[in-house]
Amino acid sequence: MLKYSVALRRQGVGENKRVEAPGQKAKLKTESVDLFYGSYHALRDITMDIPACAITAIIGPSGCGKSSLLRLFNRANDLIPGARVEGQIYLDGEPIYGNATDVVLLRRRVGMVFQKPNLFPMSIYDNLAMGPRRHGIRRRAQLDEIAERSLRQVALWDELKDQLKKPGQELPVGQQQRLCIARALAIQPEVILMDESCSALDPASTMKVEELMEELAQQYTIMIVTHNMEQAVRVSDMAAFMMIDEDKVGRLVEYAPTVEMFSRPADKRTEDYITGRFG
Amino acid sequence: MRKKPRVGEKVVVGIIWTAAVLVLAVLAAIIVYILVKGLPQLSWEFLTQIPRNMGRAGGISSTIVGTLLVTAVAIVIAVPFGVGTAFYLAEYTKEGIITRIIRFSAESLAGIPSIVYGLFGFIFFVITLKMGYSVLSGGLTLAIMILPTIIRTAEEAIRTVPNSYRETSYSLGATKWQTIIKTVFPSSLPGIVNGIILSVGRCVAETAAVMLTAGSILRMPKSLGDSSRTMAVHFFILASEDISMEKAYGTAALLILLIFLINVVANILVNRFAAKRR
Repeated sequence: MLKYSVALRRQGVGENKRVEAPGQKAKLKTESVDLFYGSYHALRDITMDIPACAITAIIGPSGCGKSSLLRLFNRANDLIPGARVEGQIYLDGEPIYGNATDVVLLRRRVGMVFQKPNLFPMSIYDNLAMGPRRHGIRRRAQLDEIAERSLRQVALWDELKDQLKKPGQELPVGQQQRLCIARALAIQPEVILMDESCSALDPASTMKVEELMEELAQQYTIMIVTHNMEQAVRVSDMAAFMMIDEDKVGRLVEYAPTVEMFSRPADKRTEDYITGRFG
Repeated sequence: MRKKPRVGEKVVVGIIWTAAVLVLAVLAAIIVYILVKGLPQLSWEFLTQIPRNMGRAGGISSTIVGTLLVTAVAIVIAVPFGVGTAFYLAEYTKEGIITRIIRFSAESLAGIPSIVYGLFGFIFFVITLKMGYSVLSGGLTLAIMILPTIIRTAEEAIRTVPNSYRETSYSLGATKWQTIIKTVFPSSLPGIVNGIILSVGRCVAETAAVMLTAGSILRMPKSLGDSSRTMAVHFFILASEDISMEKAYGTAALLILLIFLINVVANILVNRFAAKRR
């Protein structure tokens, strides 16, 4: 895999930082999950263990169901009429599908950052305080503390501390996206889902967000969807390659430590995709 | 790279432009005509005195109060029901038979002539419920009349709130109720208020329905149970019974100014709210 050898060497082939062996300690586990949108079969038989405190990247060609898979973990697909899930997903061993699950609580533990920065038309501070306020935190001092902590986590505190009253949407896009990450962090989740969160950013901002992901992976379980294979190689510990099968249903083709997948892909389709023969 | 003449395009633009100017001209002509005829009638006495001698002399104070009261009753009753229905339709139901029935009913209600509402109000509120000719009967009748407008405009406003707002709110661990009240409602408020303003305009201007339900007594209404004449009814009676064309124009001019004022105030309120959110 000559194409990725530089990036792989930088990461240090073989000396994986955060993952010892696949499934060292699974934060999330999917068990033969199928997803339907009405009569449309979107995902089939997805089984995977997502390691805690590591970055797992989902890659694959457009329309293979990467985002659909990611959105299963905080039940974001629930909002789509007709969406139906078979199989089960476990967060710390607890099933998240079924009527007994408190979906609101689940979403507090599994935060999400979207493709485009989606700040609300209000101040930076109010955007940050939104999650905590929804959870009943009213005390100004406590909200101030949360705002500062989450801005520091994304390295925006020094830049923004004097303009917290400013409308969030007036910031440059790169900062907006980091602010969105800060907003997700403000509710102190355990897992962060990032759905192509760099695709709207310029290379410099992308680099900042990637550095941030690596930082956060120390204490959070991170899952990303990305179109950018260099990015997957740069930041992720585990990689999941998805593709649609003959019936146009999204399948998990290969799931392995990133270094392994990009140096010795086990499946011919993975190899074709990551060497750029299609996709 | 020489410019092509594009004659067809120019003709179409010309037609559209003419149509727009014609519409504006008609509107401006009506307003100017009424204001020119009516504004000289306006005076402190006209605003503060009760009509005397069937409206030939005195002012129109009781009809102003009557108009405001009837409209207030209608809005206070119709807005919660209408906006509630809109949120139910937009946020809580799957598209199905029930939503289709509700929407179809609302749309049918919107097409019914106001005199039919007047007749219904007269039979149901005035006679069956024994409310008599009263501000309350009139307000309730108007409430039913404006309900479809409020439901439809509010539902449209709620549906234009981008889905990403809801998604983001949920992703931050908000409940459905919080998402609707704290995120969807504020974002749709300008559209909802717009529908309410439209409805206020219809209430203030309504004649047939209120004449049959609120009556046409010229006394100052002391309670919601009193009969009262609204400005529109007063104007209609003054003009149709040839009592006083001057006073009729004065009343019409004041009606226009009132609706204008309501629009301006509502816009300021909405903008201030939007600015505060920012």
